[in-house]
Amino acid sequence: MLPFLLEIGTEEIPDSMIPAALEFLRSKFPGENVRVDATARRLVVRADVAARSADREEVVTGPPAAVTGKALDGFCAKQGVSAAELSVVETAKGKYWSFTRKIAGRDAAETLREELPGLILSIPWPKTMYWPSLGGPKFIRPIRWIVALLGTDVVPFDCAGVTSSNVTYGHRRLGSRGPLPVTVSSYEDVLAENFVIVSAAKRRSKIETEVAAVAAAAGLQAKPDAKLLEVLTYITEYPTAIMGTFDASFLTLPSEVLVTVMRHHQKYFSVEDAEGVLAPHFIAIMNIPADPEGHVVNGNERVLRARFNDARFFYDVDQKKPLAERVEDLSHVTFQAKVGNYLEKTARVAALAGELGGENAAAAGLLCKADLTTEMVKEFTDLQGIVGGLYARAQGHPRPVAQAIYEHYKPLSMEDTIPSTHAGQALSVADKVDTLRTCFAVGMIPTGSKDPFALRRAAQGVVKILAEGNLDVSTELLCDGNAQLKDFLRERVQFYFREVCGFKYDEVAAVLAAGWTDLRDVKSRLEAVQQVRVSPNFEPVAAAVKRIKNILTQAGQIPKGDVDPELFTEPERLLWHHGMTVHDTGPYAPRLQEIADLRPNVDKFFDQVLVNDPDPKIRENRLRLLQSLNAKFSSIADFSEIVTN
Amino acid sequence: MDTFQETVFKLKKYWADRGCIIQEPYDTEVGAGTMAPETFLRVLGGKPYKVAYVQPSRRPADGRYGDNPNRLYKHMQLQVILKPTPADVIDQYLGSLEAIGIDLSKHDLKLEEDNWESPTLGAWGIGWQVMLDGMEITQFTYFQQVGGLDLEHVPAEITYGLERIVSFLQGKESVYDIEWAPGFTYRDVRYFDELQQSVYNFEMADVPRLWRLLDEYEAEAQRLVDGYRLAETDKRRFPLLSAYDNVLKCSNLFNLLDARGAISVTERVGVIARVRKLAVGVAQAFLDQEQYREVA
Repeated sequence: MLPFLLEIGTEEIPDSMIPAALEFLRSKFPGENVRVDATARRLVVRADVAARSADREEVVTGPPAAVTGKALDGFCAKQGVSAAELSVVETAKGKYWSFTRKIAGRDAAETLREELPGLILSIPWPKTMYWPSLGGPKFIRPIRWIVALLGTDVVPFDCAGVTSSNVTYGHRRLGSRGPLPVTVSSYEDVLAENFVIVSAAKRRSKIETEVAAVAAAAGLQAKPDAKLLEVLTYITEYPTAIMGTFDASFLTLPSEVLVTVMRHHQKYFSVEDAEGVLAPHFIAIMNIPADPEGHVVNGNERVLRARFNDARFFYDVDQKKPLAERVEDLSHVTFQAKVGNYLEKTARVAALAGELGGENAAAAGLLCKADLTTEMVKEFTDLQGIVGGLYARAQGHPRPVAQAIYEHYKPLSMEDTIPSTHAGQALSVADKVDTLRTCFAVGMIPTGSKDPFALRRAAQGVVKILAEGNLDVSTELLCDGNAQLKDFLRERVQFYFREVCGFKYDEVAAVLAAGWTDLRDVKSRLEAVQQVRVSPNFEPVAAAVKRIKNILTQAGQIPKGDVDPELFTEPERLLWHHGMTVHDTGPYAPRLQEIADLRPNVDKFFDQVLVNDPDPKIRENRLRLLQSLNAKFSSIADFSEIVTN
Repeated sequence: MDTFQETVFKLKKYWADRGCIIQEPYDTEVGAGTMAPETFLRVLGGKPYKVAYVQPSRRPADGRYGDNPNRLYKHMQLQVILKPTPADVIDQYLGSLEAIGIDLSKHDLKLEEDNWESPTLGAWGIGWQVMLDGMEITQFTYFQQVGGLDLEHVPAEITYGLERIVSFLQGKESVYDIEWAPGFTYRDVRYFDELQQSVYNFEMADVPRLWRLLDEYEAEAQRLVDGYRLAETDKRRFPLLSAYDNVLKCSNLFNLLDARGAISVTERVGVIARVRKLAVGVAQAFLDQEQYREVA
């Protein structure tokens, strides 16, 4: 085995794209102990590679042994062997001409030299550029150098106008500016001396440790932020944390606004005191090891001051026109060109929210989109809804109304929580359902990966709220008779219970087949099925129900009439008697257990009774028996959907 | 501490020393240095070109009557075009920051993804915003398409926000406090420009007249684009540069109407498409004209 090192030196790669690129390199790289790493300016693969692949033999089979003369000469010529080298082999299909070809092993250096350029250029990126001219290579950003070392030797190749070598480059402006020759073993140390920490894990933990230390030194704590940590890990080569301060007078602005400015616009961690109250400080991550003269802190403080001043200006200007007076202005804000403006949407959402959640939900519905006309939301679009909620509270609207507005975009993802109040849940569902209904009505329906209006996310949010919240709303009502919307929502319901809650595919199918208008009820039934499924009688009974359904399907229409116990034989009587003791109401799990417990009677019935009796009266009676049992069993789940062995 | 003009001199000298022609600002209103013909038209075709110029750029909607310390109706961009891009382009750029007195070993510099797209110009590129101690000071773009055309050479466009950089260098909280020349502040030089243009843009611009002007400039640009296509002789002297001036007029009128709140969201898409059609038409014709343009 030889140690191998590949470093693709580039200009700054967008941080969000690095993990997927590394995963690709890890999965494709031909070697063992493959380790991948990256900074903003380099993708690195290290691995152990066999110096030479082993020699091997390949048996080549030719035409049937009966073939001779020209046809056989043709085969020999094509394969580059003489007829003397052929022998006859016996196979299952008969006798064939055959020979063994020896394939020499190859030096890894040679294989890598051939394969690496293609491997590098096949890394998938969401968006690429070509350079230095049309027809040139395509990559995420220009490649400026490549280190490729196998053992002590350079693996020589050209890729994207760059020739591989043993030379790397350090931090853009620290350490040696010149080219840095490295070996596989010196690589990481040479870069560390030149202010590049190659290992993402080391940079991540350096940031985490320093952020915590810097905050603790001020008697505070940094707000944990895993996403920001990941971003900062990959936009730096030598991260170092510093703390800055802002004027405490800015704390009168809503903390949501301050945090958004710090996090999204400036990539700062925000800082809190022990009670979780925002402190007038921030932690920035710089790409140099120290700031002895305070230049970096001063610069960042200055930028933040300007941003916060802007936010204060927006806040003050926005208060001059209350939300209630802004509602009319929504007629100038397009919701979607084909569907109309936000004033129209507001009227529909308020009506539906009122229907689902009462007075507070309706009041919140009227105001919920008014913040789209505020300067604050124009500047910080991520804060839509939140700004509306904050302004509503500041402008004296009832607390439940303000809270409903504040949370009405929730849940933003399946990891996010749903709105915390009844009115908020009603408003969120009303807003999303309105979007779905109006888009579906004009044929704007997501296909494949195309979903420009994020309708899947809207529908998924509705499902999550209905399943986890406390609204009394049927999915039937929400779909408003639109069959396509109903199918679309059903898919989201399946996705939610399978992927988000982790129920089995067939359990979800079985429960949904028994109805899905009430998603909280669907959830209870699924939990019951999951609980009872482990009982040994459950799957056999499920298999029996499948059989019952088949029999009933084959029988077709059964003449109306009641089951006549007088006509029963003993096994039928037992099944009927016990079957009718299964409860029609009450908690689901015990009822399912009662059904499972019918197994001995079900088995006896199928062992001893022939449904298709020659006497039509008896046959019909038996079919009616099965029909009533099937109806009784199908109210919780359709057992025929359960996969049984 | 360098004045505003001194910093501009140094940047121009720096790029002149690296082979750039130092051009003067274009004399028709533009929203960005990219729209000046020295960028928009010069990046087309196979001829190498290096140029740098300061371009006052008008964004009517960004005006704040001279009241906001950081937002301006008109700001100064230093625009550098390197066609094709040299392999050490980023080092050259970092050198320019050092040339104006920024010691990069003591400051935090990051290149953060920021791709550029101009729907009105049918143009896009890939690049970064350059962040210095948390402030965006430069937009760096590798052009890929301009006027809807794939570019033969990929040029680097480096756009310095001069007010940002100089307020950073001079440690000013407000751009108006920047010392422009010894004894003269940015306020002395530019305040009334900001105030009066904001009044015009937001309060007094005559919307129906602006719409008529837009129609007129559009018709003139379109007439010339069509004329070039139909011209059978003398294509070399056909005034595509004049056609492009008319496109720039359209673009500025669109921005004015937008600042006046006269363009609804739905109309917006339509007007952008009208301007793009002209920009693409001129770009295609200009590229075709390259074959006749060898200077005699």
